[in-house]
Amino acid sequence: MSEIALKVSDLSFAYGAKKALDGVGLAVASGECTILLGPNGAGKSTLFSLITRLYDARQGRIELCGFDIKRQSLQALAKLGVVFQQTTLDPDLSVSQNLRYHAALHGIGRKAADARIREELERLQMYERRGEKVRQLNGGHKRRVEIARALLHKPKLLLLDEPTVGLDMPSRRAIVDHVHQLVKQQNLAVLWATHLIDEIADDDSLIVLHKGRVEAGGKLSDVLRDTACADAGQVFQKLTQDPPGVAT
Amino acid sequence: MRILHYWRAMAGIVGRELLRFLHQRERFVSALVRPLVWLFVFAAGFRAALGVAISPPYETYVLYEVYITPGLLGMILLFNGMQSSLSMVYDREMGSMRMLMVCPLPRWFLLCSKLIAGTAVGVLQCYAFLGIAWLYDIQAPLMGYGWILPALVLAGMMLGALGLLLSSFIKQLENFAGVMNFVIFPLFFMSTALYPLWKIKESSPLLYNLAQYNPFSQAVELIRFALYEQFNQQALIYTGAAFLLFMGAAILGYNPSRGMMVKKGG
Repeated sequence: MSEIALKVSDLSFAYGAKKALDGVGLAVASGECTILLGPNGAGKSTLFSLITRLYDARQGRIELCGFDIKRQSLQALAKLGVVFQQTTLDPDLSVSQNLRYHAALHGIGRKAADARIREELERLQMYERRGEKVRQLNGGHKRRVEIARALLHKPKLLLLDEPTVGLDMPSRRAIVDHVHQLVKQQNLAVLWATHLIDEIADDDSLIVLHKGRVEAGGKLSDVLRDTACADAGQVFQKLTQDPPGVAT
Repeated sequence: MRILHYWRAMAGIVGRELLRFLHQRERFVSALVRPLVWLFVFAAGFRAALGVAISPPYETYVLYEVYITPGLLGMILLFNGMQSSLSMVYDREMGSMRMLMVCPLPRWFLLCSKLIAGTAVGVLQCYAFLGIAWLYDIQAPLMGYGWILPALVLAGMMLGALGLLLSSFIKQLENFAGVMNFVIFPLFFMSTALYPLWKIKESSPLLYNLAQYNPFSQAVELIRFALYEQFNQQALIYTGAAFLLFMGAAILGYNPSRGMMVKKGG
């Protein structure tokens, strides 16, 4: 039985009168890549903001590796690695400087930090470029650095908020493959928000979020069976009822 | 281990801010040009118009340039504090603020670290300004340059905390320009930075009261007295209290469940 890295129960959140999340429940286990699929405005970003504790929900509960995000936030956040939708690297600093800053925030000493930076960057074939300023990197390479950064403190759960937006096909493919590899090799739990259907692998889990509600959830094969659809694209169409326009 | 974590994180935040500062040379130059223009142009022009009588901490008549030097140090810290908070709004829009907020340390500690980092940059700018002023023959007693350090730190922290508080209220970068006008100019002009209190009292009792209770005035007086190796207790208490007030409100503003973060959404 794999360990549950993220458990969200009965989570609701509203911006004023506008409800963004309505009774959301989901779980992500270690060694599992869960794709969070939803059109714009479905509540993906709100869900991520609540998991990363940018703000607190008044209703519902979020647990990271058994730690309540509200009451035991520091223990919970220590288990979490995040890649936000927008680049959050400092463009004027080098790759190493950016990563060392992150390591310091997580209390990792200089020597240990340098070793981990090497390990993570080598995995992504970026170690030779550690001295370059982030400004000089292309979009795909910046993303790689951000993934390396999110893994520096060895989190149990990796949150990816549309990390491939704006990247070309080869860069996207490289990131998708890399993350799936991490899930298998390091028993990492991944929650990946996207609206790009082709980023879903056959053995991934799928959660379809629409208008703040979970419309379907489970292993991709189970969701396909339950919804009588041939592929994830059809599931998305059927459950969100949006006109075509979803990138594939 | 926990203390070591806190220490490393603070060193990381301060180190990053200093690195960024060193990389942005134009920021350093522009931070110095502003008070230097005031010193070389404004003060020189007003030297004749504004006579400054003997008042503590000065023991003799002083040139107007000498009088406004502590005020210009306050100006450096004020702009630096506001610029740090401007960068917080920018960071929040760009997401690097979220990166900071998601690390496993209490928010009050992260905000304090950010504040210390910003203040460190401000204090460096102040000493660079004092160095140039020294060459321009504005020279305080040597020990004054040591005395002034804690005063600059406290004043910088107080003004930085005010900026932090403002940044927690501001949703977008565009709104910031307005706040700069409504905060920086009133704070600066309604203070003892450019004219002594007694001079203000002569022209307007209302302005005198505003200037007296303006925390920026108290910060400037704290610096002024320290530069001449004197201790101004009232200014110290007032500046310290203003710091605690602004900082407390800023921490509340950045609280994920109570403050402005919820109202802002995102």
